[in-house]
Amino acid sequence: MSILVRNVSKRFGDFIAVDHVSLEVESGSLTALLGPSGSGKSTLLRIIAGLETADEGQILLSGRDATRLAPQRRNIGFVFQHYAAFKHMTVRENVAFGLKVRKRPKEEIRDRVDELLHLVQLEGFAHRYPAQLSGGQRQRMGLARALAPEPQVLLLDEPFGALDARVRAELREWLRQLHDVVHVTTVFVTHDQAEAMEISDQIAVVNHGRLEQVGAPRDLYDRPASEFVMTFVGDANDVGGRLVRPHDLELLNEPADGSVEAMIVRVTILGRDAKVELHDAGGAELVALLTRDDFDDSGLWRGQTVWIRPKHERAFAA
Amino acid sequence: MRNLFTRLGLRVVALLYLAVILLGPLAIVFWRTFEDGVAPAWDALTTPETINAFKLTLIITAIAVPVNTVFGIVCAIAIVRRKFPGKALLNVFIDLPLALSPVVVGLALFLLYGREGWFGTWLSDHGIDVLFALPSMVIATIFVSLPFVAREVVPTLREIGDEQEQAARTLGATGWQTFWRITLPSIRWAVIYGVILTTARCLGEYGAVAVVSGRLQGETETATLRVQERYDAFDLAGAYAISIVLALTAILVLVAMTVIRPRGEAA
Repeated sequence: MSILVRNVSKRFGDFIAVDHVSLEVESGSLTALLGPSGSGKSTLLRIIAGLETADEGQILLSGRDATRLAPQRRNIGFVFQHYAAFKHMTVRENVAFGLKVRKRPKEEIRDRVDELLHLVQLEGFAHRYPAQLSGGQRQRMGLARALAPEPQVLLLDEPFGALDARVRAELREWLRQLHDVVHVTTVFVTHDQAEAMEISDQIAVVNHGRLEQVGAPRDLYDRPASEFVMTFVGDANDVGGRLVRPHDLELLNEPADGSVEAMIVRVTILGRDAKVELHDAGGAELVALLTRDDFDDSGLWRGQTVWIRPKHERAFAA
Repeated sequence: MRNLFTRLGLRVVALLYLAVILLGPLAIVFWRTFEDGVAPAWDALTTPETINAFKLTLIITAIAVPVNTVFGIVCAIAIVRRKFPGKALLNVFIDLPLALSPVVVGLALFLLYGREGWFGTWLSDHGIDVLFALPSMVIATIFVSLPFVAREVVPTLREIGDEQEQAARTLGATGWQTFWRITLPSIRWAVIYGVILTTARCLGEYGAVAVVSGRLQGETETATLRVQERYDAFDLAGAYAISIVLALTAILVLVAMTVIRPRGEAA
């Protein structure tokens, strides 16, 4: 099921949470809504779910106007950052909830719940209560619960935000694999650009309630449409007013055309790469990323003065 | 050392206070009732007027408690989950019965339903007796026991938040299904606690009912009114016996509350 957001706005008092956003999500794709906290990305997701109503604009699900439709009639699955587990129900009852309220036959519910518990690897936990689960397990239960009624759209609001780094990485990988199997149109909200880059087909970058850019992860990185996208998606240096990716900086022993003088203050070897931190004449911090081979050949050392030159650069209208 | 002293001192003061204010009078009532054995007390309890008084108290409680339970839950949900004009006012008015003397409530009802009252004229024209009859006594009791369920449920609703309810909606549950399957189970202990307090209040109500009932012996006399009546008639044994039953009921209710309330769960 495709999602079409058409010119949607939402205010909370004087605060404009979502400002005339239009977005298209293709059927079966995995889209990330990426932005800093307070950018309006969660509000936009909640408007798609029907948990908030838009002040203006339309939401179309599969081409049908769903703007005024109650959430329970949108056929969506929603995963909450803090799980929203039904505390008085066991894992099995939690997962079965969406099927029970639809009054599906008992055997069907049992089989479907078994299937989902297997999918999220919680078979052994069916009779536990949420309080007896770890955060990662609770969120997997949340996912199984959202998927049980076979929603046409899966919406996830910072689903891994409350988890520690290792569980986060695991679940992220697992969500991508799950999506490759289930193929449900998925939109997830995140403030973590690495997470968005790693698992989504399409990223919509949101800032101050506005959509900055929509595109494939690679396009956003290689062809950012604004300074905000350039600095938010991936790292960037400001070299004399020009924005440059760390791996697009050349370090020279001699001054050259368009080069800037800087001093190396720290070198970190990151396995195959070397991260070189520099200060320019004005004291601004710069970061260059070299391959190990280039770094080893160059004979750079801490405290050395070098001239840095952008290989590619970008300028954005302010 | 000093710490120990403070701790013990606090306990002694608290227990002494309880003993003097609560347990002393209770013990005397017990002692006086059974001074001459169980038989006189039993005789006093089994007169038709007394039996009728207990029946009436139970009937009133059986009506007032469910009404206030439903009202309390609805109000609590409205206060915590909804936005509407006059919400702050509702929040204040719910507490009014706690602040207002029950006698004043009784008088207000008297003015409304009395022969010259706003509703009284219309009602008596249609042959409906409110004053000096069961309806006014039920209304008075509902009024004085109104805040307890709402006051218990409001903080619990705030604490659990509305995420679970939102989750239920996204899973396809209607408003009713969400209420029965998610909200009510989440607030059940608060509701039970509120029901128990409401019940205790209804059983013990005196002032408002005293004004509106007319205290017709064997007709509109509740258990608490009966105690006063026996006392005024110098039948101390009878007054004590009825008091004992009321006190035991209250203790039973409180014990039940302590027993069913799960450890660590906020009520």
